[in-house]
This record gives sequence, structure tokens and C-alpha cells, in this order.
Amino acid sequence: MTAPDQAVPALRLESIVKAFPGVRALDGVSFDVRPGEVHALMGENGAGKSTLMKVLGGIYQPNEGRIFLGEQPVRMTSPLEAKQNGVVFIHQELSLAAELSVAENVYLGALPRKSFGRVDWTTLYNRTDTILTRLKVGFNARTRVGTLSIANQQMVEIARALTHEAKAVIFDEPTASLTDAEKTVLFEVIADLKAHGVGIIYISHRMEEIFRITDRITVLRDGQYRGTLVTAETDEDAVTQAMIGRKLDLSRNEARSAPGEVALETRQLCCGALFRDVSFQIRRGEVVGFYGLVGAGRTEIAEALFGLREPSGGQILLAGQPVRIHSPADAIAHGISLVPEDRKGQGLVLGMNCRDNMTLPQVDDLTAGPFVSDGAEIAIFDQYRDRLDIRTPGWRQLVGNLSGGNQQKIVIGKWLSMHPDVLIVDEPTRGIDVGSKSEIHKLIRALADQGYAVMVISSEMPEVLHVSDRIIAMYHGELIREFTAAEVTEDNLIQAISGIRPGPPDAAA
Amino acid sequence: MTDLTGRKATAEPGQRGDGPSAMTVQRIGALLAKQGILIAFAIFMIGFTLANERFISPDNVMGVIRSSAILGVMALGVTFVVISGNLDLSVGSMMSFSTIVVLDLHDKIGPALAIPAMFALTLALGALIGFLVGYLRLNSLIVTLGMLSAIHGLTLTYSGGQNMDIADKDGTWFSVFGQGTALGLPVPILLFAGLAALLGILLAKTPFGRKVYAVGGNGTAATFSGIRRARTVFTCYLISALCVATAGLMQASRSLGSQNTVGQGLELEVLAAVILGGASLLGGSGTIFKTVIGVLILGFIQNGLLLVGLQFYVQYVVTWVIIILAVWLDIAAKRGRLLSPIA
Amino acid sequence: MAPGTLSTFLKSGAIWAFIVLELVFFSVAGEFLSISDKAFMDWDNMLLLLKQSAPIGIIAMGMTLVMVNGNIDLSVGATFALAAIVLLDSMSWGLFAGLGDLVIPVSILLALLTGIVLGTINGLLVWKTGVDAFIVTLGAMLGFRGLVFMYNGEQPTSHLNWTLVDLAEAQVLGLHTATWALLMVTAAMWFLMTRTIHGRTAYAIGDNREAAVNAGIRVGPHMMVNFMIIGFLAALSAVVFYAESGSVNPNDGMLYELWVITAVVLGGTKLTGGAGSIVGTLGGVLAIQILRRGLNHIGADTETVNLVIGVILIAVLFLDRQLNQRGKETLRI
Repeated sequence: MTAPDQAVPALRLESIVKAFPGVRALDGVSFDVRPGEVHALMGENGAGKSTLMKVLGGIYQPNEGRIFLGEQPVRMTSPLEAKQNGVVFIHQELSLAAELSVAENVYLGALPRKSFGRVDWTTLYNRTDTILTRLKVGFNARTRVGTLSIANQQMVEIARALTHEAKAVIFDEPTASLTDAEKTVLFEVIADLKAHGVGIIYISHRMEEIFRITDRITVLRDGQYRGTLVTAETDEDAVTQAMIGRKLDLSRNEARSAPGEVALETRQLCCGALFRDVSFQIRRGEVVGFYGLVGAGRTEIAEALFGLREPSGGQILLAGQPVRIHSPADAIAHGISLVPEDRKGQGLVLGMNCRDNMTLPQVDDLTAGPFVSDGAEIAIFDQYRDRLDIRTPGWRQLVGNLSGGNQQKIVIGKWLSMHPDVLIVDEPTRGIDVGSKSEIHKLIRALADQGYAVMVISSEMPEVLHVSDRIIAMYHGELIREFTAAEVTEDNLIQAISGIRPGPPDAAA
Repeated sequence: MTDLTGRKATAEPGQRGDGPSAMTVQRIGALLAKQGILIAFAIFMIGFTLANERFISPDNVMGVIRSSAILGVMALGVTFVVISGNLDLSVGSMMSFSTIVVLDLHDKIGPALAIPAMFALTLALGALIGFLVGYLRLNSLIVTLGMLSAIHGLTLTYSGGQNMDIADKDGTWFSVFGQGTALGLPVPILLFAGLAALLGILLAKTPFGRKVYAVGGNGTAATFSGIRRARTVFTCYLISALCVATAGLMQASRSLGSQNTVGQGLELEVLAAVILGGASLLGGSGTIFKTVIGVLILGFIQNGLLLVGLQFYVQYVVTWVIIILAVWLDIAAKRGRLLSPIA
Repeated sequence: MAPGTLSTFLKSGAIWAFIVLELVFFSVAGEFLSISDKAFMDWDNMLLLLKQSAPIGIIAMGMTLVMVNGNIDLSVGATFALAAIVLLDSMSWGLFAGLGDLVIPVSILLALLTGIVLGTINGLLVWKTGVDAFIVTLGAMLGFRGLVFMYNGEQPTSHLNWTLVDLAEAQVLGLHTATWALLMVTAAMWFLMTRTIHGRTAYAIGDNREAAVNAGIRVGPHMMVNFMIIGFLAALSAVVFYAESGSVNPNDGMLYELWVITAVVLGGTKLTGGAGSIVGTLGGVLAIQILRRGLNHIGADTETVNLVIGVILIAVLFLDRQLNQRGKETLRI
């Protein structure tokens, strides 16, 4: 590790300050990326990672501080300039034009030019195919991007990074929507970039990945630099502590008293190609975790239970009675609540205030005469603000201005105030900082203790292991195997969701 | 703060100015965003009053409100549609339709039956649009654009392209809606004010109004909260049609005769008033009160320009400038800088 | 077959199938209903049809670019009228008195320049203020119309220049000047949108503006250029139309934006941007014009045209949605 230390960093930031009215989003942050190094950037949401990236990408101008590429101080005043300087972003949200070809996307903003402003198609396709070969992908330059899978679209993004001599490539949560196999390919590509001497900044919440591929870890907290750790010499606890200033409890769920009667049951529930023959039960006072890969059909089951999809076959029973659910309004009337996966898109009206968001499903009932009763609404809001410890200046605050964790609590409060029999929670802590995460985990446990039947869908194994009494593993639209909290191990869970059927007991262990 | 000299090299004048000026802009902007339209209105009124003192006289003010009433009533309905996240470009041609139909039926079946019949037909058109946009989820811009054309054709077919006139103009009580007075006020003003109060309360105080904001703010989240989105959008178009029918009634009653194109182009003036009032075309924001202010601003601009001796068409140019300034300042306040950050 | 190919094919083919259907229908119906004994598919009738398509068609080509780019321009009708006034009025300016017929190119240039300037105003506003193009051009639609009225009050502006009329009525290789203008604009815009960097960038911005910004494309100036192009084309449309008629009313061009948008949408351009084609728009323009002339041919009242077009527009929207949704597992939201 001594050689890279002496090399000139590929990219270096020196005492970057970025202030917005009322807040110093970045307060003297410095760090550097060496050529051929994968450098993780970690921190809770709001720690300043995205502001820092926007400064690097030329979207924000820093108030103070300097950026160096090699030994040259540079100014990034636009995304174009950042790109010309060799700083390339692989964005979290895919940044592609679906109607255009792969090649046009790869060279977006830099299409090869012929006379009269024409596109030089031959050069374009040739160059793109060369890059695609290097990435070993199964599509070519002429393919329309809209026809590709999410993972392949990510590859198009990466291909874009390879179009010119990138000095530094920044990956922002690149694996959020990738399968394990796709991740492996991505990591190979990163290794390849590394071998070519490119400096890589890797932003992710996933510790496992961080420890698998990075060389150093820089931690930000509250806009401040909290130190750089050498990955090989540290561990998850140390990083977490640096991020939140304390330890996070992710111990396994303790076995508890016996659950009550069956609240929700499905029998051979099917929905086209999305899932088949799904039969399970959830009892009162029980948390059942649904674990599987993205696209395994977990969210789709929740959507069918909530009336957002019409099942093509099978039965849903609530407290033993068969029911038909045609709309979310039906589901709510039957006592089912859904905390959806996409908080901002499906869970909240961001331009509405906290109170109105929380009371939205029951606004018809909170009336005095024909009018909405302010008092009744505020009472509900106050009750759940206190119970869930929602931090907001007041109910008039627009939900869009709250942090992710508090937003999620508003959504949870919205559904708890409906006193549902069955609570479905889809990816409860996605994009939420570590501190709020453990609060939400505790809350889910507490709800079960109060007698709710809770269905938790999650793609994070520690989370599923932590909160669930039972875990159902899904693979390709089918329930593969069910585990009790006592018998489940990380290994047999991984095998199950990868489609490996349970073998004899000794093989499973 | 500790190492000013060292940082001077990078702190460009433009960037340093970014801090305080951005904050000032944001403060002024925040004020403008909240009260901007009222401030603009006040400045405007003062300016014209200084130019011509008759401008603020009670007679003139009443005259302005009265002549804005038809546009205003239509704008009330469109406010619902816009807040629910949709557009209604068909209100102008629908208003022509209502006017022609009620005038025609007046002589055929008498005013007492003609009015409910016209309301029923207009509401049927509104229901059709509401079905297409709400239940079939078709794009409202194109649907109402198509309906603009289709209803115009329908009106022409209905009237055979002829102007419509009431035979006995002096002997009908029908003129009360456009020309009468009650409680010492002109009936059109009362209708406008009454409908504004009613719809204002509906939007601001009832569960339905809350749902309109939710559907327009985030339709998916509204559905996920159990709100029947299609029904809400459908009802908004019904309300819009109800307002259009009322406007048509007022128009027919005022003139007792009409061309087929009486409402042509009004859809855009109506939309202008709603936008001027601060409703976002993306949905989820706006109020009836602000729309009324928007309507009055348009009315007073027109009137003020006439009073200082300018032709009616100068108001087009002024409206253009005001709409863009109003929306621009609103956006500028939200983003905290005057110019768009688009490269 | 790649997903979406079938519906894409159906969509791109549909407009031409519709045109064929219209032609057959009006030919057959015309045999029974027409007041004239001329066949609908008569050569002269078709030539006239093409010529009459030109004013709307030329603007529609620009609208395709603007809509693919994710914007819209509602002010084209007013731009059309203002350019027409500049064209006709400038021919009688004392300044150009000594030019003789040379005044024609000068006036045409002035008219085109007017269109470009108005387009630039819209484009600059969209770029610099960040206000949505719908609102900017809605305002401009009123504002530009106000300028039209301010120019000459409510009076028509007239100036007949016979040389210009001769030029406009000339037929080269059988086609009218206006038809040539439409065909050339179509060819040029097709080239722009399918072959040039600017055109491909227009698709990229309309499809995913964020992506375009991240790729370092300067979105603002790009959009401004597109507004300049549509302003230019609205003015060109005015030149083509008023060269022959020689008189412009201050209300001329009203509702043009509706016709133009209808043609573009019929031609398959996506409202949200990112998809659409010049050839499809040409189909949309022709389909509307055939409908107008066809209904006229079979003796239907002109007012029926409005009704039919409105219904067709909504029907197309509905069918398009059905085609796109078929076989897809969609959420009921």
C-alpha cells in the first residue's frame, strides 16, 4: 500500500465549503482518490454526499475550496466541463433516453460529427461496439435502450464512462436494482477500470459491497469530513460508528410469545406471469418477512393484496373469510394497509403538509357536518407524531421538506391511524439513514407485539433477519421455502432465493 | 474565515455574490410567492388610479366585476380541473354551446324548461370529458383540444351556422341572470360571488376538496391512500361543466341573442386567469380565492387600459407580460434564484 | 421481435392506412353524394389538396421538432399573422420604394426574420426563466396577437403584389409553389431530425432531460434554437399563404395551433416528448386536409369537420393507449 500513497491523486478535493441559505451543506470537506483506487464515500442521508457529488459534477459551485485533477487546479462550472475534465458519473437513477439507440446514449452530448452537423453513424456504431465488447454484454450498439433490462441499461451507463479517458468515475448506488449475477459483472468492470489506472469513487449504503471492493472509505457526517479509513484495516462497526456516532443494533430477533389467530391468508393466489400458487398465512402479533431478489414477485403480491392488481386466480381470506379486493379503497375498507416501496412516488403527496398526508385515507370520516374537522385531524397528527417521534416543526410543514426517515414515519403513521388488521410494509428502510432505520425496525417489532399482523418485504437480509418471526423466500414468482426465525441462516436463505431447492437437512446446513 | 488569502484564488466574484444576493432574492421571492399576486394587484390598482381617478370609483369597480363575471365563473370550474392535475381547453366552445342551446330552447319550450335542459346537456358533455380523462386516463390536453373542436362542430350543427336570437326580447324574465339586480347588486356579480363562495368552501373545507389536491399533487399516492382518483377527476370536470353552463346562462341572458362563436378563445383567457392566480399546471396547488384575484386582475387591466385611452388589444400584450412575470417570480422564489439553472 | 415493435409498426403505419381509408371512402361516397361530377381522386383536386395542406403542414413540421423536444408552442397562429402583416406591409414602405420587384425578397426576409425573432423571444423565456413552454407560449399567443392588433388596429392589412401572386400561383413540374415549400420543409426537417446531431439531441432531451443535462448537453440554447426554427416556419407558412391572398385580417391564424397540434398528434408524436417522426406528421397533415376536402366534397357542412376531427383525435389517443398497454401487466392506479 505504499506505492499508491506516493502517487499524485487522480482527483483531490481541498476544504470544500458549500453553503445554502441557512445551512452549510459541506463544511470544509477534503479527500482524494488515487489512480487505480476504489474509494468509498459513506454517510447518512443528508450527510453531504450528494452535495459533494454535485460540486464535483459542476452542478453546484463551491463557496470555498479547490478541486485538483492530478496536479492541476480545475473549476467545474457545468456538467460538460466536468466531463471534459475526465470526471464521469454513473447515476443512481438511470440517465438514459429510452427511445434512442445504445450508441446514441453512450455518446450522448458527444456524437461524432460529419459535415452539415450530421451524425457520423459508422464511427458511432464502431466505437460503441468496441466498448460493448470490452464489457462483454449481450446487445449491440444499434439496440434501442428501452428494450434492455435495468441491469443492461446500467451497462450502457458504464459504457458511457469508457468513451473517453476518464480520470475519475463516480458510482452512485450502482447496485440498487441489480441482481447478484449482475453485480458480479459490475464489480468485474470496476476491477477493469481500476487496472487501467482510473480513480473510482463508490457511493453505497451496502457495507458488504464496500468491504468487498473498496480500498479506502471516507465518511461524512453533517456536511463534515469524519475521516478516511483503510478498508482492510477496519470493520463495519467502526464505519457505522463514524457515520452515526454510535453503534447500530442489528441483532437477530428474539423468539417471542405465540402469535394469535390467522389474520391474512392466501390460497393458490396467481397473477399472470408475476407470481403463481402463492399460499401463506400471517397471524396476529406476527411479523412475516418476504425475502427474494428484485423481480421475484414480492411487491406484486402486496399490490394484489392491496387491490392494485387483479389476481388471475386463487383466494384471499381475511380472518377466515374470503374477500375480493378491487381497489385500494376496498383493501382499506377490509382493514389492509400498505406502506409502499416508493415513498415519494406512492406514499406521499410531497406538496401537501404533514397532517393532510397523514389523514388522507380517512379524510371522509374526519368531518364535522360536510366539512373536514381541523380538530380531529390535528388530534390524529399529534397522537402519531408523539407515538412515532416524528421530527417536524409542525403539521403545516410540507412533507417534501422532511428527511427520509421522518417521511417514512408519516407514511407509517398514516396507516397506523387507520387501525388496520394487516399491515404490509414494502422496503421499509430504503434510502433511509442508519439512525432512523433502527427506529423503524423497533417500531415494526412493537406493532407485532400490539397484535398487528405485519408483512415485511425487504431486499436487505439483515433487516429481514432482524425483524421477522418467519421468513418466506421467493424465487421467480413462487414461494420457495418458509423459515422460522430459529432455523433460518444467511446461507440457506441465499440458496433459497437463488432458486436452490432445500435438500436433505445436512446439505442445507 | 481563517485563511482568506489562500481561498481568494478560487472564490470568484460571481460565486461570492451568489451567497447574499441569493438569500435576498429568496426572501423577496418567498414574500412574492406568498403574496406576490396581491402585491402586483395593489401596485397595478394604485398605478391606474393615479393615471385616472375614475378607475377606483365604485361604479367603475362594479362595472369591471360585472364584466368579468362570465369569465370568472368559468375560471372557478377550471381551477378544480387544474388543481386535479388536468387541463380544460374546451370551456370556451362548451360555453358557446350552452348559450346557443338555451337561447334556442327558450323559444321552443320556455325558459323554465330550457334552463334545466341546457344544464343537463352541458353536464353530459362534462361527464363525457370526465369519463375520458378520469376513467379512461387519456391525456387531458388532447381530449379537451379534441372536445374544443368537436363541441364547436356540434354547436354549428345544432344552430345550422345561424345566430340565435330570442323572439320576444322585452317580454321574458330570462334576462334576469345577465341584466337583473337583486339586493342592490347586479345578478351576474351575485352569481359569481355566490358560486365562488360555494366552490371555495367545497375546495378548501371538504373531504372532496382535499382529494382534489391529493390527486393533483400525486395521483399515484392518492390512489395508494384509497382515494378513487377517476371519480375525483370526473367530478372536477362535472364542476367545470356546471360553471360553464352557468356562464352560458349569464351570457345568453345578457345578450338575449348570440353568435356560435361567443365563447371562442375564452378557454385561454380562463386558463390565463387561473395561472395568474398561482395555480400550477402540474396540479396540486391553487385556490378559488387566488383565481378570483386572477380574474379581477385581468378585468382591471382591460378596464384600466381602456380608461387611459388604450385599445382593448393592448391588454393582450400586458396580460402576456404579467402571466410570464407572475409564473417566473413564483418559480424564482421556489428555486431561490432569478434565472433558470438550465445550462 | 423486440417488444414494442408491433405497436410501433401499427402506429407508424396506421396514419397511412387511415389516409387510404379516407380516400376510398370519399371516392365512393362522392359518387353518390357529391354535388360536383368530378371524382374526389381527380388529379387537380389532389394537387389543390396538397397546396392547401401547406400552411398547416409547414408549421406542423416545426411543431414536431418542438414537441419531440418535450415542449409545445401555442403561439404559432399569432406568429403566422404577425409575419404576414410584416410581409404585406413592408412591400409598401417608402423606404423600399426604389427597389421595384426586388422588394419581394426583402419583404420575405423581413417576414421570416419576424418569425425568428418571435421564436427567439419564446425560446429565451423558456431557457432563462425556467417557466414551462406551455405557459410561455400561451402568454405569447395573447401577446403576439396583441402586437398584431397594435400594428393596424382591427383593420385588415392588404397589399397585392402581382409578381408575388404569379410566383405563388406558379406550378413547377405540376406542383404549386406552396406544395414545393411543404415538400422541401418536410425533407429538410426529416434530415434534421434523423441525420443530424441537433435532431438526435432533440429526441434525447425530450426523452430524458436529466440525462441530456448530465451528458453535458446545453439544453437551454438547444431549446431556443427549436423555438427559432418553429418561429421561422410559422413565418414561412405565412409567406406561402399570403403571397397569394394579399390581405391579412388581425384574427387570421387563430386556432392554427390547434390544427397543427392535432396533425402532429395524429402523426404519432408523443405528447411527453422523445418520440415522433416528420413522416408521421406529414401523414397527419394530409389526413386532416383530406378529411376537410372530403367532407366538403360529399356536401357535408364545413362545421361537421370540426366534430369529426375532434372525435378522431380522441379516438386516436384511445387506440394508441390500448395498443401500448396490451399485454402489459399494469398497476391499477
